[in-house]
Amino acid sequence: MNFHIIKRTLGWILLFEALFFIVPLITAIVYGEGELVSFLVSMSICIALGVVCLIGKPKSEYIYAKEGFVIVALSWIVMSIFGALPFWLSGSIPSFVDALFETVSGFTTTGATIFSTGAQIEALPKCILIWRSFTHWVGGMGVLVFIMAFLPLSGARNMHIMRAESPGPTVDKLVPRVKTTAAVLYSIYLVMTAIQFVLLISGGAAPFDALNISFSTAGTGGFSIKADGMAGYSPYIQIVTTVFMILFSINFNSYYMLIRGKLKDAFNTEVRVFLIIVLIAIIAITLNVLLTPSETYDYSVGEAIRHSAFSVGSIISTTGFVTENFDLWPAFSKTILVILMFIGACAGSTGGGLKVSRCIILGKGALHELKMAIHPKQVRKITIDKRPVESETVRTVSSYLVAYIIIYVISMLIISLDCQDLETNFTAVAATINNVGPGLSAVGPAGNFAFFSDISKIVFIFDMLAGRLEVFPMLILFSASTWKKQ
Amino acid sequence: MNIIIVGCGRVGETLAEKLNDDGNNVTIVDMSATKVKNIANKYDIMGIVGNGATHSVQLEAGIDNADLFIAVTNSDELNLLCCMVAKKAGNCQTIARVKNPEYSLEAPFLKDELGLAMVINPEYAAAEEIARVLKFPSAIKIETFAKGRVELIKFKLPKNSRIVGMSVKELIMKLRCDVLVCTIERGEDAYIANGDFVFEEKDIVSIIASHKNATDFFEKIDYKGNTIKNAIIVGGGLTTHYLCDIMEHSGISLKIIEKDMKICEELCTRWEKVDIINGDTTDKELLMEEGITNTDALVALSNHDEENIVLSLFAQSSEVGKVITRINRIDYDNVLGRLELDTIISPKNITSDMIVRYVRATQNTIGSNVETLYNIIQDEVEAAEFVVKEHSPIAGIPLSELKFKPNVLVAAILRDGNVIIPRGHDIIQFGDAVVIVSKLMALHDITDILK
Repeated sequence: MNFHIIKRTLGWILLFEALFFIVPLITAIVYGEGELVSFLVSMSICIALGVVCLIGKPKSEYIYAKEGFVIVALSWIVMSIFGALPFWLSGSIPSFVDALFETVSGFTTTGATIFSTGAQIEALPKCILIWRSFTHWVGGMGVLVFIMAFLPLSGARNMHIMRAESPGPTVDKLVPRVKTTAAVLYSIYLVMTAIQFVLLISGGAAPFDALNISFSTAGTGGFSIKADGMAGYSPYIQIVTTVFMILFSINFNSYYMLIRGKLKDAFNTEVRVFLIIVLIAIIAITLNVLLTPSETYDYSVGEAIRHSAFSVGSIISTTGFVTENFDLWPAFSKTILVILMFIGACAGSTGGGLKVSRCIILGKGALHELKMAIHPKQVRKITIDKRPVESETVRTVSSYLVAYIIIYVISMLIISLDCQDLETNFTAVAATINNVGPGLSAVGPAGNFAFFSDISKIVFIFDMLAGRLEVFPMLILFSASTWKKQ
Repeated sequence: MNIIIVGCGRVGETLAEKLNDDGNNVTIVDMSATKVKNIANKYDIMGIVGNGATHSVQLEAGIDNADLFIAVTNSDELNLLCCMVAKKAGNCQTIARVKNPEYSLEAPFLKDELGLAMVINPEYAAAEEIARVLKFPSAIKIETFAKGRVELIKFKLPKNSRIVGMSVKELIMKLRCDVLVCTIERGEDAYIANGDFVFEEKDIVSIIASHKNATDFFEKIDYKGNTIKNAIIVGGGLTTHYLCDIMEHSGISLKIIEKDMKICEELCTRWEKVDIINGDTTDKELLMEEGITNTDALVALSNHDEENIVLSLFAQSSEVGKVITRINRIDYDNVLGRLELDTIISPKNITSDMIVRYVRATQNTIGSNVETLYNIIQDEVEAAEFVVKEHSPIAGIPLSELKFKPNVLVAAILRDGNVIIPRGHDIIQFGDAVVIVSKLMALHDITDILK
């Protein structure tokens, strides 16, 4: 284990975190808020510790896959701990576990909150609000990827870090160099965020609101600055947000292909399947909501389409914004939404969940096994976009699913100690491990995570990180064999 | 530069590593997904799985933006096809590895007709280097600069050499020789020589001089350098084939030991004067019988690195004058260094050096650019030849007044066909070719050596 490189990377993480604090700092100065001090203190701590970590020259620049995973897992934990400082120091969130939950929820782009009432959120100072939203933006594309656009973290072996941080079963570079690839991805990300911001502003949103919504949508996070989430905004703003939630959950490689004029590569199988799922879900929920008589809501056709599209976009992109309390919708619609939580966004996007490409591989794999049972001698290979999927990838995807389910079950078991109903427990874990945000019942769109015990919150923190980093980095960090001397 | 390399063998991998270190954007293409994955994990490069000769795969690898296309697969025909397709698909330079002697003979024709920038033949290049060392056995390694006018010679100081204990300054004063000591390797360390450096036993010294001065120098230090009259070559592969071609009229009698009867027959029909022995190259009895212990030189060219190493060590212990070992696969340079092998020939390094040299030469920069480039000590010290163009900040000022970075040496100045071994009062002029020896890797411009 190359401890020196790990230490140095953590040093850079802290320095970059100090850099990120500039956004809330400016906000605090603009609005003349006293919470400025807590950000200044956090920033100084980050800089001091960061510089200490950077002292000394590593003996070897080499890292291997193992170090890549450990670096990513540790970076996210360290980043969350220090990112929680302002919440805690400013007194906005008195309990540190709560502050950590909120920060992890931010960085992992989950959007689950521990604020028990909407009024509490609206009462928060603007600099704290913008920090909440900004954590989404930073976490969406990945912090280490961001740093790699500027720094050669570990020479040529950066791919190990990029692979561990980027979502999806396989990670492809767009261009030969990791640095350029990271820069291209972040440019696309930045431009798309800016476009959404401009569209929101031109639709009459207040600049501060537009900025928060853009950050939150881009990272597919889901923190809102209003008590009623997105419900209070105009239909135009809701529609723009719907479109962008879906856009941000498409593989960013597709946008690069689009820029380079390769339409066929841009609309690959994963993107097509994703869009079809979105379309079918919207139609099914719209019809279900319109045709089922209900006392709690009464939608016109237009409203039904708008709300179901928003909810589908919000859930499959794992953003977690809400315009309507879908917990009151018929069971069929709710079930569809829960299924969408698990499917999640495309690989290589800012969204969470199992990822569409994994679902495709798993589905094709299952079909493949079925056919093998009927014709044992048949020769078949799983292909996507007419390319063979390596058996190693298929194997990793299967073991990913198993590890995911094990974490899921253990998490549910531990939080069930808090004596909530099964629906709450099941969807609470689903909402955190898939980085969605709201679940159903007590953790539904109208609920929150405040009532859970600290132990459960720590379990959720683990789940959110495991979900964002795709299980393996967190498991590898906590497995004994990683730390044994060979 | 954007570079595409087709073929992930040993040469492909070494090339990918070196070109990537040089700051190029490298994409590798190979049919084997495992190979591509391994290399893409090790270096910061992009890997594409597929047949590099197909247009679609080349497009995927970014042929439309590529500046250079290198085909180094195991098949000559595939390499040529790759380059032909690449030439049509994109606006790039192409380099093909061609090792079959039949094609190699026609290299100039292929180069012109297929528009190749370079045809490389690792086996031929290795044979050339072996031939150079056989002709000048005092050296471990000989490189030439400025179209052969300057030689860079590496040799090992024997135990009782008279220059052991002398400093570089004393050596030049006492011997009155116009040579320049560039580098000294001692154990695992490499030094760029300054005047006060004192020679020790077993040091490996590199000097730069014209051929005449070098011969003079070796005479003055009584360096044993018996001319080689006969040599045993173990292994009858392609390198042996080329070596026979080159050595045909050199007056050195060759004896080849080869396992495969068929190859033996081919060799003996081609070269009547060469003795061909059919037998197991690991059979000690046979080797003794054929005189491995009292030949002037042994060249170990079998396909197994381990076999070559063991044979060479055996020959060295029997005091064979010159031992040349081909090592192609083994990467443990520091361990090999401890074995104290005489001359090591590595075709993959020779090939990659040739291509890296070409790449740097094409990257024209303002002021001047690299003409030739040699690794004196693998991955540590290199010698590069630059042509000084007009307005270069280095020209017109005496060397003693220029502020050089540490570990940089101006080793030779070539002006109007003459070699000047530079001293402090010399001045570099426009149009000079200058050889720079440095520990800084990846020099791109002569101004890189200034502080």
